[in-house]
Amino acid sequence: MAMFSQNPVLNGPNYSFAEVPRDRVDGLREHRFNPYTDNGGSTLAITGADFAIVAGDTRLTSGYSINTRYAPKVFKIGGTNSNQSDATLLLSVVGYAADGEALKERLDAVCKMYRYRHNKPMSVNACAKRLSTILYQKRFFPYYVHAILAGLDEEGKGAVYSYDPVGSYEREQCRAAGAAASLIMPFLDNQVNFKNQYQPGSGEGHALAEREKAPLPREEVEILVKDAFDSAVERHIEVGDGLQMMIITSSGIEEKLLPLKKD
Amino acid sequence: MDTLVARYSRPAAHQNETFGADQDEDLFNDMAPTLSLKFAMPPVAQPSAWLRAATDDRSNPACPIKIAHGTTTLAFRFQGGIIVATDSRATAGNWIASQTVKKVIEINNCLLGTMAGGAADCQYWLAWLGMQCRLHELRHKRRISVAAASKILANLVYQYKGMGLSMGTMCAGVTKEEGPALYYIDSDGTRLPGNLFCVGSGQTFAYGVLDAEYRYDLTEEEALALGSRSILAATHRDAYSGGFINLYHVKEDGWVKHGFSDTNPIFWKTKLEKGEFTNVTSQFERIER
Repeated sequence: MAMFSQNPVLNGPNYSFAEVPRDRVDGLREHRFNPYTDNGGSTLAITGADFAIVAGDTRLTSGYSINTRYAPKVFKIGGTNSNQSDATLLLSVVGYAADGEALKERLDAVCKMYRYRHNKPMSVNACAKRLSTILYQKRFFPYYVHAILAGLDEEGKGAVYSYDPVGSYEREQCRAAGAAASLIMPFLDNQVNFKNQYQPGSGEGHALAEREKAPLPREEVEILVKDAFDSAVERHIEVGDGLQMMIITSSGIEEKLLPLKKD
Repeated sequence: MDTLVARYSRPAAHQNETFGADQDEDLFNDMAPTLSLKFAMPPVAQPSAWLRAATDDRSNPACPIKIAHGTTTLAFRFQGGIIVATDSRATAGNWIASQTVKKVIEINNCLLGTMAGGAADCQYWLAWLGMQCRLHELRHKRRISVAAASKILANLVYQYKGMGLSMGTMCAGVTKEEGPALYYIDSDGTRLPGNLFCVGSGQTFAYGVLDAEYRYDLTEEEALALGSRSILAATHRDAYSGGFINLYHVKEDGWVKHGFSDTNPIFWKTKLEKGEFTNVTSQFERIER
């Protein structure tokens, strides 16, 4: 797919490689190993007191062309059947779609084996550590992905873990990743973690009191997610088409598909 | 032995799965340590050069994969034990990837490691070091010395020298044999014992404050304040440092955490109560020349 997707007029022969070996003036030919393509898109995850929401747009691009308008980036992980109806974890991957797919398949297989051996689903913190080691196993040939793992922790609270491509991870309240991360993350800092928000009338300068931190209700978070993506679509060419939202609560995982602008 | 038996006595049905050899390992053999030392390699003649082109944003600012980097960390020995303090900012290029990184890694209840350089490298190898320390305890029925623990890590990173690991870490711990002990280990293979270290892009700023005020006979309170103040200085002058100040005190009976506190209120408090940072005004005004 990636091979034929780029505009031939602009880019010459179309490989997924950005640079195709070609003859230089001196007759030497330079070869390069370039196994990655950036497929664009963005993902985001937010936790609440008893739920976690993971969302991603469904556009898949390479260069300036849109390959498909529906390529999901959020996956259910660790169910016992092919439709993952009893899954307890969510994984979102953004970056290079093929690596994301490979990573998803691998983590899913590990979670399935764990369930088969221990007769219980993998806890989110155990899975988080395992995902970190899976990513680090490819330290010298990384998966080109930013992964986010979500689920409910042992107390039933929403949990989100975010990763860099080689497996450093951290539990957070919210995280945006991918092409529009730099557009969405500052918005989330302000709206979810109340960064730079102060109590009205608490004074000026040193007397300013920060707004009290409190987990948001689910309806509010869903609106926040939609707003974040609508805004990102306005200003980023690699984001758009559809919004896939997965909500994990104690009663299971719910999936919502919402339209985004398609231009 | 058990892992060998497990590896070669797999049911025949599993022999020809379509997974890669490395993947096979973690699916069918989870008795083997998951923190194994088998890494996938790119199929090229010079893996390290390829990795540098793909991930090192200093040698190639257009690299596709930006790895999160950690920054100012410090640790020093004093009469009451060891103070370990860090900032909490992680950057990937110019992007602040996180302001809430835990750069003090709790190896076990009396050993601490710090994180500077590649965040994943530090997290992974210090977790691996924790495993080695536990194995040492089980084998020898006593706790590992800080010297030994730091040497296990130093030897490990030396094996990977030139492969692109990036870590500057300090191991701090108090044992009966050694007393308070502090070691600096980095990915070049350097391992140094010492009284006082600062590591990371903000190290010079932290050293400036720390060297000026440091004495071995600091009281506990003074030592904690000095650790915190040195990190504050670094977060103020180094753009790659910031976020929160993470403070630990390592004592004979284990480490104690002294908070994960936002730098911004601490900065204004320091200015207001101690009269420092007079260079900065609370009003934003034009500088008249």
